[in-house]
Amino acid sequence: MMRTLLAIVLILLLGGAARAERLIVSVSNHRVTVTPDYSGEELVLFGSVEKDATTPADRTAYDLVVTVKGPRADMVTRRKERTFGIWINSDYRQFLQVPSYLALFANRPFDAITSPEIARRQQIGLNNVLLTQRVSGDFADVVPNDAFRSAFIRLRTQRGLYREDGSAVTFLTPTLFRTGIPLPAEVPIGTYEVEIKLFANGAFIGKTETAFEIVKVGFEQFVATTARNNGFLYGLATVAMALMTGWMASIVFRKD
Amino acid sequence: MQLYLPIADLPVNVLLVLAMGAAVGFVSGMFGIGGGFLMTPLLIFIGITPAVAVASVASHIAASSFSGALSYWRRRAIDPALAGVLLCGGVTGTTLGVWAFTQLRALGQLDLMIALSYVVLLTTVGSLMFSEGLRALMRTRRGALPPRRTHNWIHGLPLKMRFKRSKIYLSVIPVVVVGILIGFIGAIMGIGGGFILVPIMIYLLRVPTSTVIGTSMVLTLVTMLFATMLHAVTNHLVDAVLALILMIGGVTGAQFGARAGQKIRGEQLRLLLGLLILSVGIRFAIELVIQPSDLFTIRELGASG
Repeated sequence: MMRTLLAIVLILLLGGAARAERLIVSVSNHRVTVTPDYSGEELVLFGSVEKDATTPADRTAYDLVVTVKGPRADMVTRRKERTFGIWINSDYRQFLQVPSYLALFANRPFDAITSPEIARRQQIGLNNVLLTQRVSGDFADVVPNDAFRSAFIRLRTQRGLYREDGSAVTFLTPTLFRTGIPLPAEVPIGTYEVEIKLFANGAFIGKTETAFEIVKVGFEQFVATTARNNGFLYGLATVAMALMTGWMASIVFRKD
Repeated sequence: MQLYLPIADLPVNVLLVLAMGAAVGFVSGMFGIGGGFLMTPLLIFIGITPAVAVASVASHIAASSFSGALSYWRRRAIDPALAGVLLCGGVTGTTLGVWAFTQLRALGQLDLMIALSYVVLLTTVGSLMFSEGLRALMRTRRGALPPRRTHNWIHGLPLKMRFKRSKIYLSVIPVVVVGILIGFIGAIMGIGGGFILVPIMIYLLRVPTSTVIGTSMVLTLVTMLFATMLHAVTNHLVDAVLALILMIGGVTGAQFGARAGQKIRGEQLRLLLGLLILSVGIRFAIELVIQPSDLFTIRELGASG
């Protein structure tokens, strides 16, 4: 009994020693509400790297990578090909449960922060983020320069839904940092996970997580949920609205 | 003035959508058509997905055709019996169309089908209407009489029925078939089909011009109401907010369009409408033939969030 307790204490102590730094973060708004005049938003993530007694004295320069992942969804990327003189969708790849919004921010270029191997393991940079595809019955990610994968990332980036920026995180003091999280108007509704990874001298030394959500409220939410859950009533209401508008117009503009 | 659309999940400029509704409404009132074939491409152009655009335009067309049908009804320019028979086919066609719409969406060929149907239908109907309008215009210039109406094979079909207000005696088979056809393409393409229905009724079924537009509006109204319901129940893609803005713009524009239309002669009107339809068709054709700037497209298969 005593021995087990001692073992636990030891593990805790050692674990604490291995994680000499603690990350403390907060997002400016944990609940973004979509109102009729909603046209996107920019959140701010603040945080600080807390050192303790076990922190090696030579550790002064930290690197940070912030990953924001939106609600996951299945997506299909299709490629058009010329068939009989017209351009039609022919080949396609299915991406399974990939983030609908994905942002990677760091305080300096991703390849300068850590080695390619660690970057791959920690999914640092759009090229290293895991995007599972269904490849002929198998589930796997493919090489970064795969035509469908790169087209997928390029198209998402064009719409502002995927982004990476190696200079978006700024250190206000050697341990206090901030970064903006731009959310364009068309970002999907749902829960967003934020993961902050800390590096020092190229080594991964710890991470922390937080989250925020984008929700429709009031009228928007009412319309969206009714449309999904009570399709019939929603249809009837739309039909009634159409008839009312038409009837009103014929009265207003009636020539007697 | 930005407004967030709850189903399309996208903010739009209300004034822009209102203006689009009014412009299309003007054209539709002027020519007595629904105008869906103009509205749907415009909505796709401002960034609304084709599926949401098609589903929402249906209710917009319903509103403008209802206001039109009411005024035609007051002028006794609607044949209830003919409209009833057309509707039997129309409802069947719409059901088939919405079903096909869902299937095609799953296959990823919906955009292609919509584009192809636009090209084929619009260029055919447009050029036919244009050439007919041109011929009619030249005839009136020369002062010649229009050719006598003759009966065709359609009038030899069985199951004949008397349509009192239109003063015609006609088999119900072609009428039902026309109804199915219009209902089907209407549901797939997000159009009312008035611009195809009116020529078919005049040239093929020999319905007199006095009742043709009013009766076709009744068919458009009911099939579009039905399509709205089906799209709402099966695909959950009808954006009521978008539809309402379009309706308000549309019905207002339609009233002014109708007044403008009365000042223009019939042949010129047909010529103009033919030209308009043809140009929309050609625009779609060009888009299919030239290499797109991006060969890749992404489509979401239902978000989990």
